[in-house]
Amino acid sequence: MLLREVQKILDAEVLVGADKLDMEVHTAFGADLMSDVLAFADSGCLLLTGLTNPQVIRTADVLDIAAIILVRGKKPPPETLRAASDKNIPVLSTRYILFESAGRLYEKGIVGSTQKVDGRRVRL
Amino acid sequence: MGAVSVCEQHLCEHSFPVNGGNFDEAGRVSGKIKTILKGMGINNDVVRMAAVITYESEINIVSYARHGMIRLHVLPEHVEIEAMDEGPGIPDIRLAIQQGWSTATDKIREMGFGAGMGLNNIRNFSDIFHISSDVGKGTRLKMIIHIQQGQDP
Repeated sequence: MLLREVQKILDAEVLVGADKLDMEVHTAFGADLMSDVLAFADSGCLLLTGLTNPQVIRTADVLDIAAIILVRGKKPPPETLRAASDKNIPVLSTRYILFESAGRLYEKGIVGSTQKVDGRRVRL
Repeated sequence: MGAVSVCEQHLCEHSFPVNGGNFDEAGRVSGKIKTILKGMGINNDVVRMAAVITYESEINIVSYARHGMIRLHVLPEHVEIEAMDEGPGIPDIRLAIQQGWSTATDKIREMGFGAGMGLNNIRNFSDIFHISSDVGKGTRLKMIIHIQQGQDP
């Protein structure tokens, strides 16, 4: 699916990366805890989160996450948008809650970047 | 940021200082390490493991210590990352490594960390993990990621 379609499904506002909406995405991960994102998300996935500080962008950059969807209508501070522009990571904002956003995307074919975690995940 | 680098054909060594309390800085060293390792043609999984380990280490130093240093050594067989800090140290390492155990402040939690996952993530993303700590002096982590293993999908 194209990021453009994600935007349409979630009725989202594009805050950064209007020129990158033709990017292909197939998987997603949702969490507000960045340590969990680091542990379980995979590169190339969408990150759905309600956290808006610049650490979200750094976390996404560390993992080569494709794009960030801020849920629950969250609007990030300017330093987060600056970091996203610097790292070339698209940021979209939707007023849907995390559960609803995930459901709407799943219904259209986006799957979890990790479907079920191992008791102890050692390898990627 | 005062980084020191020595590179030869099969060996690369870099040191990066990390300031305690400066949350705006957390993540910069992992970004640099990721760029260095990618530039050396190291396998993507290994790069990602190294970046995650470094990022969580930076968060720990920024969150708890006065000052710290992260060192990267790249050898033909493995990547070695050391994170050393001057700070309060950890009185009970066994407890600190336990998933969910945390002494994080609200500030740390607002950043999306501090849920008692950091040391766990560091250990899980390393092939070899060592931790030692002196209360009142500081903490030292040493992580090794095997390059060969990382090449297996």
